[in-house]
Formats: sequence, structure tokens, C-alpha cells
Amino acid sequence: MAGEQVEKRVKYKSSVKDPGTPGFLRIKEGMLLFVPNDPKSDSKLKVQTQNITQKFTKEGSNKPPWLNLTIKQLLGRSHIFEFENYPDMHACRDFITALGKSDEEPKKAAVLTSTEQLSIKELEIRFKLLRENSELQRLHKQFVESKVLTEDEFWATRKKLLGKDSIRKSKQQLGLKSMMVSGIKPSTDGRTNRVTFNLTPEIIFQIFAEKPAVRQAFINYVPSKMTEKDFWTKYFRAEYLYSTKNTAVAAAEAAEDEELAVFLKPDEILARETRQKIRRVDPTLDMEADEGDDYSHLMDHGIQRDGTMDVVEPQNDQFKRSLLQDLNRHAAVVLEGRSIDVDSEDTRIVAEALTRVKQVSKGDGETTKDANQERLERMSRVAGMEDLQAPQNFPLAPLSIKDPRDYFESQQGNVVNVPGVAKGLKRNVHEAYGLLKESIVEIRATGLSDPLIKPEVSFEVFSSLTRTISTAKNIIGKNPRECFLDRLPKSTKDEVLHHWTSIQELPRHFWSSYPITTPYLHTKVGKLKDAMSNTYSKLDAMKESVQSDLRHQVSLLVRPMQQALDAAFQHYEADLQRRTAKSSGGERPNGYV
Amino acid sequence: MPSVASKQYSDDVSLLVLLLDTNPLFWSNTSITFSQFLSHVLAFLNAVLGLNQLNQVVVIATGYSSCDYIYDSSLTSNHGNFESRGTGMPPLFASLLKKLEDFVTKDEELSREEGHEDRTPSCLLSGSLSMALCYIQRVFRSGHLHPQPRILCLQGSPDGPEQYVAVMNSIFSAQRLMVPIDSCYIGVQNSAFLQQASYITGGVHHTPKQLDGLFQYLTTIFATDLHSRGFVQLPKPIGVDFRASCFCHKKTIDMGYICSVCLSIFCEHHKKCSTCGSVFGQSKLDEASSVSDKKRKAPHT
Repeated sequence: MAGEQVEKRVKYKSSVKDPGTPGFLRIKEGMLLFVPNDPKSDSKLKVQTQNITQKFTKEGSNKPPWLNLTIKQLLGRSHIFEFENYPDMHACRDFITALGKSDEEPKKAAVLTSTEQLSIKELEIRFKLLRENSELQRLHKQFVESKVLTEDEFWATRKKLLGKDSIRKSKQQLGLKSMMVSGIKPSTDGRTNRVTFNLTPEIIFQIFAEKPAVRQAFINYVPSKMTEKDFWTKYFRAEYLYSTKNTAVAAAEAAEDEELAVFLKPDEILARETRQKIRRVDPTLDMEADEGDDYSHLMDHGIQRDGTMDVVEPQNDQFKRSLLQDLNRHAAVVLEGRSIDVDSEDTRIVAEALTRVKQVSKGDGETTKDANQERLERMSRVAGMEDLQAPQNFPLAPLSIKDPRDYFESQQGNVVNVPGVAKGLKRNVHEAYGLLKESIVEIRATGLSDPLIKPEVSFEVFSSLTRTISTAKNIIGKNPRECFLDRLPKSTKDEVLHHWTSIQELPRHFWSSYPITTPYLHTKVGKLKDAMSNTYSKLDAMKESVQSDLRHQVSLLVRPMQQALDAAFQHYEADLQRRTAKSSGGERPNGYV
Repeated sequence: MPSVASKQYSDDVSLLVLLLDTNPLFWSNTSITFSQFLSHVLAFLNAVLGLNQLNQVVVIATGYSSCDYIYDSSLTSNHGNFESRGTGMPPLFASLLKKLEDFVTKDEELSREEGHEDRTPSCLLSGSLSMALCYIQRVFRSGHLHPQPRILCLQGSPDGPEQYVAVMNSIFSAQRLMVPIDSCYIGVQNSAFLQQASYITGGVHHTPKQLDGLFQYLTTIFATDLHSRGFVQLPKPIGVDFRASCFCHKKTIDMGYICSVCLSIFCEHHKKCSTCGSVFGQSKLDEASSVSDKKRKAPHT
């Protein structure tokens, strides 16, 4: 299919009303090129076919043969090409579709192969992590490159780091704006009578979510009865009419144009939904839930959007809409969130997706029979009268109130009571009290001793305290908040910290491989043990190389690390012994290492 | 406009609550006599009161069977009608000594009533700590302007392991209230309770070597108010003895079992926790060995 090209004479229109510039449309290989006849006009167009979505007018309709191409990157700008006749248009259309399909196939093949191995994306994440975290990189270099651990094992414990990005993307949904759709103010230029509304896909989504009647109308009318642009023009005309609060004009225009009337009338679909919802609310639980909660019909006593009161003739009642209604509906939709994930520019697709979602949820909610049954049961349960019901004999758990003295006495402890010793002690206590009272009497009589303290003693105390404080300063550091690690030379400090992280990494893999059931685990454990003994000897070397005044502290730091390694080694030895004992003692079954 | 009182209130106003050890069993065999000890302490209290006009001192006596408030410098009835007996005592402390004497008599009577003498010869530290904390709590609630309280524990008696729970509770309450507990231990053995108390609450712990220089130790280390401690270097102990005592035998232990519900400590394996009643499951060591045996057997069959 590639290599062929199609060339047709067309008129290029940037919008429906545009008269059109005549020119040539050339489609080949992956490119679409429009060259106008008049070299001076600047509506040349060159686009790749991958990015095109196309709409076309039907042959049977009275409209001329148009091919409407929307280019994805250019945000929904539509380019309309008017062909000379229908067969031309069909040919072009088919050609573009064919090109589109052939583009899709190689993509599919690529996807299949990449799922077998790691996706490039994941590798990218890994590289990025390694680049950012130098500690991790060091660990990685030390272990994976020296074949102690394999890549998979290394990253197995770090799934959290890897999965962060993807999790973030999938879990967090973008919410809806809380600004109301009706708050979109058009831009006016003071000179002409034109009012311009700006429509973005975001706004379209919100309109569809809030007003199901509009959505339904869109599905029905576009593109059969009118183009999208016409549709939105009518919609905004209706909005404009609302904002002018001129219900008489609204009624008049509604009578004229039936499509406009759809926008002006209250939203039927919404009303139906709320009525259903209210039926499902259990009035026994929620006494307030009644017809008054049907907010779609709520007329708040004639208070308009800007607070003025207004009197309206009853026949034009349905053309009014109140602020409360808008607010309630908008709030309900925002709280629901984004129910679909379609990121398409095509409004029709969005509308259809939304309808489908609503239908599904309606279908779920329509298990009315069961719901009713459940509600009846619940009501009977709640409304039951206790004294008319049968006595319920719950199994009783016996109260166990312990004697509080037990607790307090247990605090005294169990000590053997030797009577002879006790008597002796009692006498001793009595004597002691006597001595104490004597001392008090003595001091009352003689007063404070004079001199209170001998100067030599005082001096000695001072010097010993100074010594204590200065030695403490040397050992612990001037600043109580100062960390000992900062006093080490930088290289030693880095080494200590690195060993610390490797001591956390290696034993984790080591202990997780026990109990050993496969030869793979056996080799893994062997490799880990070698790496650990390597680290151990490095720690010993470091202890020796440090300056003498820091040596004690460093050995204190290193001790828990070596203890952890010792525990691992012990376990390894014990396990090895057990195995050799077992294999030499018992029979040796097949396949058991 | 700030009142005169608040203008006088500087950062270093302190309330010192002194817990005085009056355990007769300890004082009957020490190198320093009780009267000498008292003279050091009283001079120290005088010095503290002299540091700042608004300083307050409260003394609580920690006896063998009871505790009581002995002296409160903020009460005006101190300078009551006490005949100055001889040349001796400044009238400021006459009431203190009188009360102390009365307290000792009462304590003796209580200990006689008690009957069983099977306790360790420890003083009632938990009781006096609780009383101190109650007083401090009252001071906190008295208004915005109050001195910064701290507790100084002057003790020589050994720890009573039966008081472990109560003492730890008081320590944590003090930590919560941000009241440092300083401790000066003048006894023979080491007191783990006091070390832990000072460590946890951020106070100072010291064991004076020379007891006849006690006054010097007290004024150098323990007279500093909380504000000045930010820029004064005080002697720090190198290590802290964090050993707990088990709840079943009151022995001091290094390794033991802990209930995961109420954190009670036991020295041996129990089926049920005696404090909260929760039942303990089978220990993990037994389980692991049985599982590994099962795993070993599987490939055989």
C-alpha cells in the first residue's frame, strides 16, 4: 500500500463557512500534502497520516462531498476538503484508512516483543535511580557487577522505588475543576454584536458530565442533523438566553427551533435519575429524604443567580434555571470525579463513553427487587419492638474481678521470710532512727558546721570536676549534638557508612535464602557468605588504620556490624554441619543437594 | 503595661524541689554523719535562695516508710515564733529542722507498725517523686508567671526494685511535664533508677567522690538554673545503666521477655501476662524448628 499515492483536485476549507481555496491534495506514503492553486495563498498543509482522524459526509445526504480531517496535534482544528465528486472522496478516505492500519501493525509487533523482556521504560527508571542515588550506585556496582547478586535480586527488594512512577500515574486521577461551566464568560468585542465562547475538551467533558440531556442531544443530532460547531453554537445561544433572564424571548426561540428547545428545557434525563435515587433512599433512616430533595426541580423562591428577585409567568416557568440547581448539579459531578479515562479529542467518543458509563451504573442500580427486599428487612429490624421479641440468650462470659491485693502484693516480690533475721533487722532499724534523731537535735543546737567546707577539699573537688568535664568533652564531643562521625576523616566516614548499607543489604538476602531447598539458593548463599567475609575483613582493616584517639569510638561503631555478620556466619556454619551430618547419616534421595 | 512582678521575672527563676533521703538504715553506716550532711544541704539551699529573689525551694523528706513536705520557702509562716535556741540555726531553717524531726518520729512509728522487714533497705523514692510532681503541677496551674521547676534527688540508699514501676511512671510524667530530675547519689552502689531518671528527663546525674566536699559539688553542678544550662558545661556520665527489674521477682535483669500488649517485663517464660492477662502464644523458636523439619522431610517422600 505504501508507495502509491492519490492525488485529487479539492477545495480546502478551514471551516464550514469558508468558501474554500482550490488546490491539489496529494496523499502518499505517510504524508498528506495540500498545495493550493494560487501560490500566494498560505493554506498549504503538510501532515502525517498517523495523526489524522477523519469524518466525512455521507453520499446520500444533500451536502457536498466533504472530508473533514482533524489533526491530533493541532488541537482539533478541522480541515475540510471539498472534493469534486463522491468517488474521489471515498478513494481518499480509503487510502488514508489503509495507511492508518498499516501503521498500526508494526506497533503491535513491537509491543509483543517488549513484554517478554523488561520494558525500556523500566530500564530507564532503573538507570535514573542509579544516577541520582550515588549510594545505590555504589552498592549496585559492588554487588551486581561482582556477580554476588543478580540484577533481579538487587531490584527485588526495591520494588517501591521502581514502581513509584507507574503507581503515581495510575493511582492518582485528575479531578474536575470546581469552576462551574456556567461561569465561563464569553469574550465580547465591544464593536460588533458577536460573543465568542472558547471551548476546550475539558469544558466539553464537564458539560457532558453535568447535563445528560445535552449529551444525549449531541449523540442524536451530530453529525446527522448538524455539525458539531452548529451544536455548540446553539448550546451557547441557549446559555446566553439564560443569562439574559429573558424568559419570554427564551420561550419564543424555543418554539421556533426545536433543537434549541432541548437546551432550554429542564434536563429530563437528570430528573429521571434523581427520582430513581430518591426512591432508593431509605426514608426510615433519613427522615428528610423526600420530594424536596429533588434538586433538579428546586425553584428557590425566585431568587436568581445574582440575587435579584424575579417574577415569572407560569408558562415560562420551565425556561428558568436557578443558581441552586446549577450549584448542586455541578457539585455532584465534581465529587463523582472523572468516571471515564478517555482522552480523546473527539467529542462524540467522549459523549458515547459517558453514556455507556451511566447506563452501566444505572443497570447496577436497577436490581430493585433485591434492593427492595433488603430495605424491607432493614426496616423490620430497625422498627422491631424489644419487649415483643423473644428473649435472646447470649452466652455469658463470667466476670473475673481479681482481688486487687494480688496485684499489689505481687509487686512486693517473693522473698523468704526468716524470722530470726527480721527481729535483728527491726532492732537495727530502731537504733538507726535513734541515731538519726540525735543528729537532727545536734544540728539544731550547734547550727551549721563552721567552716562549712575546707578550702583544700573544695579545690580538689573543683579540679576533679574540671578533669571530668574536659575528658568527657574529648570523648563525647564539645557539642552534645555533634555526631562522632563528623570527627572522622571524610574517607573513613564514607567507608563506614558504605559498609553499614552493605551490612544491611547482604544479610537481608542471606537470611531470606534460608532454609535452603534448591541448589540455586545454595550457590547464592555461598556467594553471599564470601562477600560478607570480605566486608568483615575490610572492617577489621579499617579499625586498625584509624588514628589512636578515635579507635575506641570506631570500634564501638563497628561492633554491631561485626556482630551481625558473626551471627550470619554462625548460622551458616551450623547449617552446613547439620547438612553434612544429615547427608552422611541418612539416605540420600535423588535431587537433594 | 507589664506589672512590676513580670519585669522582675527573668529567665533564671527556678523552683527547686529537693528530695532528701532520710533512710535511717543508710545513715547509720556512712562516712559522713547526717548532721554534717544536713549542714551542707542547708547552706546549699540558702545559696539557691540567694541567687535570685524570686527563687523558691521545697524540701520533701524521703523516709523509709513514708514521705512528707518538710519545707516550702514560699510560705510566710516560716519565720514564725521560733525561739532561737542558742547560737545555732538561722531562723529560716529552724522550722525545717523541727518538721524534719517530727517526720522522722512519725516514720519510725509507721515502720514499727509495718511488720515485715523483708524489703531491701531502700527509701521511698517513688512516693517523694510523686509528691514533687504534684506540687509542680499545682505551680504550673497557678498562672503564667511561675518559676521553672526542677527536681533534685539527694539519695544514698540503694534502689528498691519493687518500686520500679512506680518510679518509671513518675519519670515519664516528669518527662511529659518537661521537668528535669537531677540526681546526686552519695551511696556506695550505683543507682540505676536515678541514672535513668536524669537521662530520660534531661537532668544531671553525678556521684560525688568526696563527701566532705558535698557543698562544693552541690553549688557547682546542681545550683545552675535551667536557662543557664544551655551554655554551661556540666559533667555528663559516660554511660547509663538501663537495666530494668522483672515484674515477677523484682530482680534486675539484662535480657528477658516482654508482653507485647502492656510491655511488662518478665525474666522467664510465662503462659500469661500477670499485669494485663493476655495469653502468650507459642514461642517462635519452637515453631521455626518444627517447620524446618517438615520442609526437610518433603523431598524424601
